[in-house]
Amino acid sequence: MLTRRIIPCLDVKDGRVVKGVHFLNLRDAGDPVELGTRYSDDGADELVFLDITATIRSRKTIVELVQKVAENVFIPFTVGGGINSVEQMDELLRSGAEKCSVNTAAVKNPDILTQAAQRFGNQCVVLAIDARRSKTKAGHWQVTVKAGTEATDIDAVEWAVEGAKRGAGEILLTSMDADGTQKGYDIELTRAVADAVGIPVIASGGAGTLEHLYDAVVKGHAEAVLMASITHFESYTITQMKEYLRDRGIAVNL
Amino acid sequence: MLVVIDYNIGNVKSVCNAFDHLGCPVELSCDRRKIEAASALVLPGVAAFGFAVNALGSLGSVIKDLALAGKPLLGICVGFQMLFDKSSEFGTHNGLGLVSGDVVDIPPGRVIPHMGWNKVVLPNDMALFAGLGSEKHFYFAHSFYANVTDKSAKVAYTDYGFKLPASVQKGNVYGTQFHPEKSGQQGLQVLRNFAQIANGRGN
Repeated sequence: MLTRRIIPCLDVKDGRVVKGVHFLNLRDAGDPVELGTRYSDDGADELVFLDITATIRSRKTIVELVQKVAENVFIPFTVGGGINSVEQMDELLRSGAEKCSVNTAAVKNPDILTQAAQRFGNQCVVLAIDARRSKTKAGHWQVTVKAGTEATDIDAVEWAVEGAKRGAGEILLTSMDADGTQKGYDIELTRAVADAVGIPVIASGGAGTLEHLYDAVVKGHAEAVLMASITHFESYTITQMKEYLRDRGIAVNL
Repeated sequence: MLVVIDYNIGNVKSVCNAFDHLGCPVELSCDRRKIEAASALVLPGVAAFGFAVNALGSLGSVIKDLALAGKPLLGICVGFQMLFDKSSEFGTHNGLGLVSGDVVDIPPGRVIPHMGWNKVVLPNDMALFAGLGSEKHFYFAHSFYANVTDKSAKVAYTDYGFKLPASVQKGNVYGTQFHPEKSGQQGLQVLRNFAQIANGRGN
């Protein structure tokens, strides 16, 4: 039976892992390779590295980071942040990343998903969606781009469905409302997307307690849960998370 | 020396990193002479099947001939799928035909891709799994799977609502649908076992 995945997320800025609230007020959380290795040793199923600087200068840094991580960590990891071409994806995959996530670039040019899937297979293509609850339409979420700084009129659930159709093999779904609050994932959003697509959905944004992880899987129908604050600042170990889920009847890789 | 086939597609580096980590001498190469001189070959693959077959080009028949002549060969993920006769991913593409079977869509009715850690039941007569016990989790990421029809191949399965072939062994030809290079300690053990086979110490 396929197990549910625990995925620590490392937001990288200027070569350091940082974590903020609602994508702001960043705190330093350590060295990316060191943290990644520690999580892998502690039983993480996967890692996600997001380059939140995403400038031309940081592009070179992130390739070097991917190479270094791949020499030290023998679990899959996804890289994202500012990726806007299939060539960039190729470079990151060849440097040792297992998957690449695209966000703004896919909104601007959805064809990048198809091109990437035909070249790398859709299992390498992660569509990252940063969604914010609509203030005008209840039960709807708007896609935001450019690290949450720019709202669009696109409906998050519809975009997830279209992204999957175009070639995404996984959705990394972040609630902008919940991100960094540690008050729980947006379960309604997670379930709406997970039930609408046939590909795996990673719930992201808001993890604060072990019960939040359980809720994302059982109520939100997420295949995987992503977290940052609660692992970086050592509220729980990965092993504790897995034991908790296992004891509540969820298949995990322990 | 182990040679990992370099055909300019994703993730060949990760396989080399894993062997380096294990202290196994390994070379990443597309040079025909080096491939012919290798103690064993590893054919990795993160790509769509058709893209991978085209990228491999004429090296495909070189690898096939060497495998038929007895050189140990390990195919990983799409490299595993290429061991079979053909695939229907984005059109029909021929594989190496070293193991009988076709690569087809994972049947609908479940989340696809099959992505994450799944438990593989490990037959004790498969050399890749020496020292790993009766079952272990490995990392999978794929939307197509090999429907193995080869009666002379040993097969290890995982459960994804149906029996999904996770690994094959047919003589000196080995393959894993999962990624041993991304499957933590148990994955590294699979690669260590293959390195021992290459050195003639495995069975």
